[in-house]
Parts: sequence; structure tokens; C-alpha cells
Amino acid sequence: MKRLRMAPSAYLWLALAAAYFLIPLYATLDFSLRENKVGTPCCTLHNYGWVVHNGDFWHTIKISFLLALETIVISLALFVPTIYWVHLKVPRLRPVIAFLALVPFIVPPIVMVVGLLRTFKWTPHWFYAEPWGFLATAYVILAFPYMFFSLDAGFRSIDVHTLTEASQSLGAKWTTTLFRVILPNIRSAALAASFLTLAIVLGEFTIANLAAFHTFPIFLQYVNESQGFPAGALTLLSFGITWAAMLSLLLVGRKRGTRSAVIAGAR
Amino acid sequence: MSGRRRPSLAWLPTVPFFAYTVAFLFVPAGAVMLGAFQDKHDHATVANIRLLFDHPYIDAYKTSIEISLVTAVLGGFLGLFVAYAAIREGTPGFVRSMLSTFSGVAANFGGIPLAFAWIATLGPLGVVTVWLRSSGWDPSAHGFQLFSKTGVEIAYMYFQLPLMILVIAPAIDGLKREWREAAANLGAKQWQFWRYVGMPVLMPSLLGAIILLFGNSFAAYATAYSLTSGSVNIVPVLISAYYTGNVLDNPHIAQALAFGMFVVLALMMMIYIPLQRRAARWAK
Amino acid sequence: MSYLELENLHRSFGSFKALNGINISLGEGEFLSLLGPSGCGKTTALRLVAGFDQPNEGRILVEGRDQTGVPPNRRDMGMVFQAYSLFPNMNARQNVEFGLRIRGKHKGEGRGRVDDLLELVGLTHAVDRYPHQLSGGMQQRVALARALAIEPRVLLLDEPLSALDAKVRVQLREEIRRIQLELGITTLYVTHDQEEALAISDHVAVMYGGVIEQMGTPAEMYTAPATPFVAEFIGTMNRLDSRVVNGEVGEVEHSGLHLHVDAARGRRNGERVLVLIRPESLELEAATNGTAPNSFAGEVLTQTFLGPVTRVKVTGSGTSLIADMSTARAAALPVGASVVAKIPSEGAKLISLPDDGPGLPVLDPDDQ
Repeated sequence: MKRLRMAPSAYLWLALAAAYFLIPLYATLDFSLRENKVGTPCCTLHNYGWVVHNGDFWHTIKISFLLALETIVISLALFVPTIYWVHLKVPRLRPVIAFLALVPFIVPPIVMVVGLLRTFKWTPHWFYAEPWGFLATAYVILAFPYMFFSLDAGFRSIDVHTLTEASQSLGAKWTTTLFRVILPNIRSAALAASFLTLAIVLGEFTIANLAAFHTFPIFLQYVNESQGFPAGALTLLSFGITWAAMLSLLLVGRKRGTRSAVIAGAR
Repeated sequence: MSGRRRPSLAWLPTVPFFAYTVAFLFVPAGAVMLGAFQDKHDHATVANIRLLFDHPYIDAYKTSIEISLVTAVLGGFLGLFVAYAAIREGTPGFVRSMLSTFSGVAANFGGIPLAFAWIATLGPLGVVTVWLRSSGWDPSAHGFQLFSKTGVEIAYMYFQLPLMILVIAPAIDGLKREWREAAANLGAKQWQFWRYVGMPVLMPSLLGAIILLFGNSFAAYATAYSLTSGSVNIVPVLISAYYTGNVLDNPHIAQALAFGMFVVLALMMMIYIPLQRRAARWAK
Repeated sequence: MSYLELENLHRSFGSFKALNGINISLGEGEFLSLLGPSGCGKTTALRLVAGFDQPNEGRILVEGRDQTGVPPNRRDMGMVFQAYSLFPNMNARQNVEFGLRIRGKHKGEGRGRVDDLLELVGLTHAVDRYPHQLSGGMQQRVALARALAIEPRVLLLDEPLSALDAKVRVQLREEIRRIQLELGITTLYVTHDQEEALAISDHVAVMYGGVIEQMGTPAEMYTAPATPFVAEFIGTMNRLDSRVVNGEVGEVEHSGLHLHVDAARGRRNGERVLVLIRPESLELEAATNGTAPNSFAGEVLTQTFLGPVTRVKVTGSGTSLIADMSTARAAALPVGASVVAKIPSEGAKLISLPDDGPGLPVLDPDDQ
């Protein structure tokens, strides 16, 4: 309730940060509103029209969204029961998994794709050459650290033992307990992890590029190289989608107060 | 099963997870490590590794490390100042929330969109470039080029800064108000508090965050690639050159390069983990 | 002359009035406790004295000099916070030394002073330990030594024992008092624990709603509470909302019960008063066939074993009273027994109540 005045140095730093962050966004907006020629004056929605009417845009964005969905489903199906089980029965494994969650930072996408391409050269076509196989598999690994930190925090904030024991004493099987008791209670952590994964997949370029898949970021790069100004519209769109995902994450996280580090990698 | 010692099979349900991790993380990573030590005919050799110390490979590492160091240290300290400005007493609460939200988005904003945004800002026809030129100061005449190492550094700060802000904020929160008040009560001025208490307590978190930033920058690929069309010589770009069919003809060189990256990042992790433990201890 | 003076302090936060005209005067070497529930303003007052906050109105004077504009790091006061105030990156010795280091006095004789203080608080064996290696009680001892190291003019303590275990609390409060007496340092102590305040202070000021309800010695506060709030807050008290029936002889009436209370003499008839009786001054006996004068008849409802005494609750004719007695005597009056409680006419105190409206403040049990 104290009303202190803001320190002058605080004004300075925050103003500098605001300028640094907002100017490029403004510049992108500016570019996106110009026709696809050098030196044309503002302002036209031509580029946005171009994007909306571009078949490739809708095609790749659909692929990326579906890919994200697939990644989220596989990740949740793999990680939720595992982390639940570890918290419940084998807590000694938790530090092991926590350490494993750091490995993707040591083996970054650029390294991973090299290994993946080499290792899975021998796999059947439906896995190796389709995004739904190869890429999704890789993305699950990419999402793993963020999934783990988020879900782990969620599990730590509920009393896993008591809930499980109460459920079992009332006659529930494992699957019932997992779906009816545990999942609803870690809902916000799971949702947060899902939105993060969505952001990651929608922005992932490295693996998709080197493995030659046709996802939204690849389309973005193509437009960037070949067209120029329409890429501005796409950029803002991409930024907007990430923003929407993050806002959803915040809204979801606010309900239970579970905050998790919100960093992923479209770098 | 007789006797008191029953081998616990509690870990069995975790097998799918470990199997997945082994299959899709360790095996590929191992393949890279192995491949780094093989030659064109799949015989064991260290020739690839030795090659790493030649040009242009060693230059790629130097550039990568330089960019990562610059963006990590700069991002580290600037991020600290900005985060502190938003969190300290006197700054309204909404500023911190806004900065947090924006940082969450900006930390994810990389690759092609980010490259475009910077081209639109500081590129030859960029908004800021044009404005500077019209005010009489031509950046390119003074040697500034966006499509260069410096440009990459400027662009990288866009996700390094927010990452730092997100990571250091809890540590700043951990600077208990009682410490500042106790220090003042005992006669210390602001700078004395920072010198004797504030910075020492923040230091492990600060260093840990800088290392995280280093790793983040070192592993980054898409932004630099898109910004410079692959013309800036950093390790990830060099690796990708093989797969986009340009320069290298020996796949094992790419793997050796990847192995080199792995070594650098593993070294960073080995410093990071004990630092995090120290930071956690003081946050008690 | 007063050493530390709080003169007409007012402090508001927006529309909330935290302090509404506080006046306190401490002589040199005096130990005064600010006692009250959460939100009463006691910590606000302390922070004003320390300089972490500025009053909207009023002054703070030390040795006659106005401190109100002086920043906290120049007031020469030592403060012990409730918890977490030790610098985590320094061990016990370095923490205690901090104030001297700032003043450049930590070498030479300063070092000896640090050693003496650590010995004074009983921590010579733990000087090299870091805060996370010390128990809560030990941390507060270090905090105390640290505050004393700079030889402050005034010692301020903000609920220093609240975060500690019960046994440690009792032990540490005795030591704080011992050290304070030995050094003769003027001390302002904030607490919500009335037993603590009564045990170690020279004077106690009970605060509620930003004002001082009553100020006096511990004995005065206990035996002669001046307001209903103080009566409720300090110790356990039987409170009977009564009316004066006959002011000449001191007769009051409560729920049909007529009692003689010396303190009611001279009051006007019809006046509404609160009769206060301490549980230990009620005499309980098994009911006999006669009627005793000035007594209350009822049945034992509950018995609560408190260690040194047993608390017996008696109900009858719509009222209940609490009496404290030795466990042996309480054994003779089991639950359900018919008893007679004799009310000492001279032992009861009286406080005026407004004729209408509530009289007894409702205290949140969580506040105490």
C-alpha cells in the first residue's frame, strides 16, 4: 500500500528496454503495410491479403498445428504417467529424470537432427519421410525439458500420495485414478506445458529445415527469401500466434498459480 | 520369491519413457559422437576432430563462442538492470507483469520472423536506418552492416534479454527486503548494500543465468541463418551447409562439428549445475 | 527528560489510518513493549522510529533532537527483525561485524567488541557458521548481537520471537531482557504475545486500531485494565455486562444476578458497566443448602487441565464464569457438580460502557 515514487534509473532502463523491443515490431508492421516494391508509401493491406489467399500458407500452418497437436498428445501420454509414477513410487528416479531434462540443452536441435537423420535412415518411408513420424518424434524430445519442468512443478504442488490412496481406498483402478483424480488436478500444469509445446513446434525451423519437411517456419523462410515484404505480414502473424499461446498459458497458470519458465527455442 | 529381500520392480512403468529417451535422444546423440570419429569408409579415426582446428572450422567455433559470450554477458547484465528496474520498490506492479508476459513471448520469438524484424529495422532499407540517414548519420558509411557478426549479436539480444529477465526475476525476488533494511539500519548506503550483500547473493544466479544464455546463443541456428543467408560463419550454419548440399562432402565432418558443439555445451553444464545448487542454498 | 519520544504520530496508507495520534515517551534505559493484535499499528510505529517510513504528521525525537527527516542509515538505532534478516552470504561473525565494517571500525578493538557480543548472546561456538546452518533461535541471537555491535542509542525489536518455537521463545526473551538490563539500552519492543510483553517490560502500551488503549506497568495492565479491549486482550477475564442498581452500596445486576462490587460505589444508578473478575480470584465450592452472599450458583460444565492450574467453567442462569484453581481442588468438583462461585466484592474491577451499542470488542482468535 505504500506509494513510493519510481527511481529515475528505473525509468531509464525500462524506457531503453521498451524501445529496443518495440521498434523492431513497429518496423515489421511498417514493412508489412507496404506494397511489394521498394520505396512505396504506406499503407495497404495488400500483403495481408496475399497471405490469406495463399494456399501454401494455409497448408503449412495446418501441418504445423497438427504436428503440434500430435507432439502434445504423445508428450502428455508419455510424460504424465511417468512423472506421476515417479512421484508416487520411485522418487529416487526423479533427479535422474531431472538431469535427463537438461540433456536436450547439451544436444541442441542442430546436433540432434544430424544424429536423427543418420540413425533413422533405415526406417520405413511412413516414418522417415513424413512429418507425423520423424518430426513429431523429434519434437517430443524438444518439448521434453519444458514438459518436465512444468508437469513436475504441477505434481509437486499436489499431494500425490494422499490423492492416490484416497482414490484407491474408494475402489478405483489405476487408470481411473490417473484420468479422474490426478489429471484434473494437474490440469493447469499440463495446459501450460501444452501451450509451450505449441509455441515450440510452430517456431521450430532447424530440424524441419535440415530434414526437408514443409512446415510453417519453412514456408516463412521461403517467403522471406523470395518475396520480402509479405514476410512482414507473416512475421507479425507468427508473433501474434506465439503471443496468443503465451497469454493462454498465463491465463491458465493464474488459476492455480503454477508458473513455469517460459522459454523455448525458435532460435 | 523367498527371503526378505524382494527386488523392487517399481521402476518398470517408467520403461516406456526411458526407452523413448534412449531411442530418440541418446542413440542419435551417440550416433553423432561415433560418427565424429569415423572416416569416409567408416573406419575409426581422429582425423575429423583434428580437422576442427583448421580453418574454416576453428574460425566457426571462434565466431560462435564470441557471439555467445558477447550476447550472454551483455544480455546478462542488461537483463539484470531491466529486471531490477521492473521489480524494485517504487515501480508499479503492472510494469513487472507486462515485462514478464512480453519476455515470455519475446524469448520464443526467434528464427526467421526475428531476422525479418531486424532487417525491417536496421537493414539497408530499415526504418531506423532510413531515419538515421535522414538525420544526417549514415550507418553504412560508418561501417555498420546488419548482415554480419555484429548484426547477429544485435538480433540475438532480442531473445537473450527476455530469457535473462525471466530467469533472474526469481533471484531478485529472493533478495529479501529485510536484508536491505537491516543493512540500512546498520549504517550502509545503497551501494554498500549492493557491494556486501546484494551482488554476492545474486552472483551464483547471475553466473548461472549467463551460462544458460551462452548455451542458448551457442545452439541457435535459425536466426543467424535467416539474417545472413548463411554467410556468417558459425558452427550450426556450417553443419547445415552439409545438409543443404553445399560445401562438405564428408558427413563425418558435420558430425565432428556437432561433437565439438556438444563438448562446449557439456562444459557449460558442468559449471552451471553446481552454481544452481549454491544459489538454491542461499535462497533458503 | 525523555530519551525517545514519539510525538503525535499519524500515518495513513490511502484511506486506511494505521496510526491515529500516538504519543509515547521512554526514559533512558527503559524497556517498553508495544502490544496488540495484527493490524493495530505497532509495527508501523516501530518502522517510523527506525526511519523506514515517514509519518504524515508528528515527530520522533531522540535525546530531544528531531529525527523525522533523517534517513535510516544515519539514525544510529539497532533493529532486530522478525526473521530472515541475516545476510546469507556471511557467517555469524561477519554478520555481527557488518555495522562496524561500514564504519571502518571492524579491525582492532572492533574485533574484540564482536567477540564480546557473540559471547554475550551465547554463540561463541558457532561464530563461523552461516545462517542456513543456524537454528531460528540462534539466528535471532546473531541478529541481536549485530544490532548491538554498533552501540546504538535505541534498540528496536519487531516481534523477534514470533517465528520461534515456544520453549525457545521463553528462553530467548529472558536473555533479551538480561542483556538489555546489563547494557542499559533504551528499547522499544513490538509483540502480539501479551505474556511476553508482561514478562520482560518496564512498561507496556496496548494498541488497537492505531491508538494506544492503555499504557502502564505490566502489573497495572493486568490488574486494572482501563478499557474493554485491554481487559479482553490481557490475560483471561470474566466479563459481566451489568447495570448499576444501587450506586450507594455498590450493587449491580447482571442477567438477574445481583452482586456487590466495591468499585461500583459512587456510580449513578442505571449506568451500564463491565464487571471484570480474574479467574484466580473466584472461589468455587461445592453447593450447600444455604445461599452464600455475593455468589453465583451453577454447574461445572468443563474442566481444562492447564498444567499449573485447572480451569473450571461454571454455567448457570444464562451466564458462564471461569475459575482457576489448583488441580487438587478441582478434582473435588467434577463435571456436572453443583457449585457456588463466591465473587470477591473488592477484587472486581469496573469499566464504563456506552449505554447502547456493543460493549465488548470481538477479537479474532487468530490475532492473538
